[in-house]
Amino acid sequence: MVALLACLLLVLIGLYAVVTKRNIIRIVIGFSLVEYAVNLFFALVGFKRDALPPIITDVAQTRNFVDPLPQALVLTAIVIGLATTALMLALAMRIYEKYRTFDITEIRRLRG
Amino acid sequence: METTFLPLLVVLPMLAAFLIPLFAKLWQRSADLIANAVGAALLGLSVFGAVCLFTDSHAIVYRLGGWAPTLGITLVFDHLTALVAMAVNVVGFAALLFSVRYLDRYTGRWKFFALFMLVLAGLNGVTITGDLFNLFVFVEIAAVSSYALVAFGTDFDELEAGFKYMVIGEIGGIAVLLGIALLYAKASALNMAVVSQVMAELGHTPLFWFIVALFLVGFAVKMAMVPFHAWLPDAHPSAPAPVSALLSGVFIKVLGVYAMCRVMFNVFGLSRANAPVFFDLLLAFGVLSIVAGGLLAYAQKDYKRLLAYSSISQIGYILIGLGIGNYWAIVGALFHVLAHALSKGLLFLTSGSVEHATGTRDLDKLSGLEKKMPLTAWSYLLGSLSLAGVPPFAGFFSKFFVVIGAVQAKLYWLAILAALFSTVTLGYLVKVANSAFFSRKDRDPSAAHESPATMVLAMLALLVLTLVLGIGFKPALDQLVGPAAQVLLNGLGYARSVLGG
Repeated sequence: MVALLACLLLVLIGLYAVVTKRNIIRIVIGFSLVEYAVNLFFALVGFKRDALPPIITDVAQTRNFVDPLPQALVLTAIVIGLATTALMLALAMRIYEKYRTFDITEIRRLRG
Repeated sequence: METTFLPLLVVLPMLAAFLIPLFAKLWQRSADLIANAVGAALLGLSVFGAVCLFTDSHAIVYRLGGWAPTLGITLVFDHLTALVAMAVNVVGFAALLFSVRYLDRYTGRWKFFALFMLVLAGLNGVTITGDLFNLFVFVEIAAVSSYALVAFGTDFDELEAGFKYMVIGEIGGIAVLLGIALLYAKASALNMAVVSQVMAELGHTPLFWFIVALFLVGFAVKMAMVPFHAWLPDAHPSAPAPVSALLSGVFIKVLGVYAMCRVMFNVFGLSRANAPVFFDLLLAFGVLSIVAGGLLAYAQKDYKRLLAYSSISQIGYILIGLGIGNYWAIVGALFHVLAHALSKGLLFLTSGSVEHATGTRDLDKLSGLEKKMPLTAWSYLLGSLSLAGVPPFAGFFSKFFVVIGAVQAKLYWLAILAALFSTVTLGYLVKVANSAFFSRKDRDPSAAHESPATMVLAMLALLVLTLVLGIGFKPALDQLVGPAAQVLLNGLGYARSVLGG
């Protein structure tokens, strides 16, 4: 439970960075933080104390093993996170080439 | 046996997205050819699926790898899927056809077509999947490719809009992922049908509502309902016109409306009877979207930006239809999904045609184009009449059904508001027609010309379908929209039709 709340705290820290920071790179870092926190949360969902690894050799013996599914899902989520972070950084680079700044308050040509 | 066509809806565009970069190295134009062939094939497959459902009213279920539902992923093609998949692939194919000549002014056309294929793969995946995590993956495939497509022009506006869209869109995506994690912790399953059975036993605890709220925020961002709409008026105009047509026409509806409906109605089993607060919330967001989107659209000077605000307003109609929650209102909402997809896709294609011919989207600089490009002008006019809800066209019936639903639910003020704002819709759409196409003074003597044949063909195809949907509203209602509304009203009955027995 404590671990789960800590994940939530991490999500909030990341969101704080996304919402308040003016530097694009810091916004991307905030996003990575949120992503990792959610992934950590998902991995912890499948965790059990004193449980066996989910490698079933003898079905009759294995009762208490860790749920392997969240780990598989988190792997997928990490790959998606990689794609979004890469695209965000690519956009950040192109924005810097055009605007010569990372400050989002100066990148405002679209209005209302 | 006949279920084996289902995975093709995702496999074909994925394969095309992989092959296009390979073949484009050998021959530039192969990208157009592959993309259009796949677009046509997808349209054929979705029509085939819908026709299968005419004769056999059960959902078509395909188990990936033959695994049973709790272990494996199921793909489900029911009446609601049929409706949304047809909208996606019709608009998708028209946009692809339009792109062939429209893209002449861009470099890197194979990149465009490869990304477009990925968006189509994501959209089709979202419609046919029966698994929650799979839903998230397809949402992200479609969303990430669309961020790249919005920024495709790589100029000041496009980059800014793309980044803004990405930041807001990803917050939505992460909210959905967190919701799925919590749901998995509770239900220990991800198959929608299985999860819905488990959730029905758990009842409406505070945690349940927290999960509902996370999903609602996630999908609200994707569909751009009003407090979450900030990205749309930047992102949709900045994209190349065929992409705008796809994004405004179907993207916001598949990732937003369809995904929300599927999860809220069929997985969480919410209905007007057991969750009135949730439906009142949808109504409130819907009214806000109609009013804010409609009024802001009036103030726009940019052709495509005006259409983008109009999309927010029209999403509001779909939301109030869902929020009223009785049969006719939901029929109206789903009919509007179809009608708006066709007509807004058409309007965005005309904007591309105008931009192609004149090089500008500024309404103050455009005038008297009707003489030089009559087909575009009349497509625009008829499309906008449909969108505004003028009687013989498709948009009229969707709004009419929503109004019937509102009257049945004794929400008379809502019926009046819906009717009133359909005249506002007509107002801002006529504004474009007046200043760009039918104004007398000829401020623009430049050599504007009618667009090339394939672009006109794409517009006319959507126009004809809009007209057919309007005139033939009765068969569409009986075969497509009515059964789709029943799927939503059936709620948890979804699990039975997927799991069988």
